[in-house]
Amino acid sequence: MSAKKESVARTLTVALLVCLVCSVVVSAAAVALKPVQTTNKLQDKQRNILQIAGLFEPGVSVQEQFQQITPRLVDLRTGEFSDALDALTFDQQKASKDPAMSQQLDGEQDIASIRRRADYSTVYVVENPDGSIKTLILPIHGYGLWSTLYGFMALESDLKTVVGLGFYQHAETPGLGGEVDNPNWKAQWTGKVVFDESGEPAISVVKGGVDPSNPNAEHQVDALAGATLTSRGVENLVRFWLGEDGFGPFLEHLRAGEA
Amino acid sequence: MAKATAKQVLFEPIFSNNPIALQILGICSALAVTTSLSVTLVMCIALTSVTALSNFFISIVRNQIPSSIRMIVQMVIIASLVIVVDQVLKAYAYSISKQLSVFVGLIITNCIVMGRAEAFAMQNPPHMSFLDGVGNGLGYSFILICVAVIRELFGAGKLFGIEILPLVSAGGWYQPNGLLLLPPSAFFIIGLIIWALRSWKKDQVEAAEFKMAPQSRAMKEAM
Repeated sequence: MSAKKESVARTLTVALLVCLVCSVVVSAAAVALKPVQTTNKLQDKQRNILQIAGLFEPGVSVQEQFQQITPRLVDLRTGEFSDALDALTFDQQKASKDPAMSQQLDGEQDIASIRRRADYSTVYVVENPDGSIKTLILPIHGYGLWSTLYGFMALESDLKTVVGLGFYQHAETPGLGGEVDNPNWKAQWTGKVVFDESGEPAISVVKGGVDPSNPNAEHQVDALAGATLTSRGVENLVRFWLGEDGFGPFLEHLRAGEA
Repeated sequence: MAKATAKQVLFEPIFSNNPIALQILGICSALAVTTSLSVTLVMCIALTSVTALSNFFISIVRNQIPSSIRMIVQMVIIASLVIVVDQVLKAYAYSISKQLSVFVGLIITNCIVMGRAEAFAMQNPPHMSFLDGVGNGLGYSFILICVAVIRELFGAGKLFGIEILPLVSAGGWYQPNGLLLLPPSAFFIIGLIIWALRSWKKDQVEAAEFKMAPQSRAMKEAM
């Protein structure tokens, strides 16, 4: 028996059968569980939005809490609200790769190193009872050291004071760049002012801590120790998305009350 | 080896032949996932089910596997099971699977799984192999849970995220030991557990591999 067991044909057959059975099992699991995983991902994103906007209450279902937030589609080319596509199902990550749905960015424009920018973006609005904006949550992304960081930035009704900032997807080094998820670091952003008096994006990530007596302290955030490139990436992506190729025109329209 | 009974196969790995404490396998994940008890429990369940099922399936096909590709076949079976477990976790325990991140995937390279497949499942019938997998998983879980309880209780003053020792920062009296939240502390705790186990069961003490020679005369004179 053993001589037969070791033959080349036998070896190949066993290898092929094992691979077939295993691949069927793995693909079956992946396909069967996909719907549940997608809802989880969506809920995780919604929870992130709630947390960044400072609205999250533990113990209440995320879906229910998310009712108070309205997703709106923004046309980044004109800087105005748009109804061209469904704000809920629009996938900015996918659109950024589609030449028909996005624009190439030149080297100088592309400080966040994202190469292409989608024409549309879904922003999230929390409204006051009278319909004015209470909190505006902008999706932001850009390149850190190893990966593209995807996150959100929430602004107060003056559209320049930060409510919160956070990332829900990245692959930076755990313990160094991965500390962008550290609640203490994220808490620093709250209350920072992202535009200067002339309306230009003015936020920088500085080394060695922020000196509160410095007149620019409200525009500065302490960098992450041991993660210079990730910190720089965060600074650049925030500047990009607040700048004229990002949400700059849209925010201007909003301020003027004509979006 | 005398025919082991089902009970022995299941319970020996917990104290007498513990995969972590005696065989010193699977230390990597023991350091990484033991900062909080809920994450540890999920990891233990994941590892136990992978070890048990991989032992079971490998044992079923053990007589068909040509010896030239046996490692690869074992690896393929283990890897498939790990992917399935990872998918299930992503579907039903999303936030914990995010915390476990890469360590679920790394069960593939956990020496316990491969070690049991090669050492036990290749020679024994399926039901015994299954029990052996469960037993070794329990042995791993036993150590991990001990470590996690100590680390979470004294490092963060909590168990399962529920406050047990009120922290100074929250107006209580307990000053947490930050070292316990960092990986080296798991080394110390596992070391202490091994010490305790070997003081209790003397037969686990390994014979010294060499003896220190007395200092030579030249050295003494020099001093």
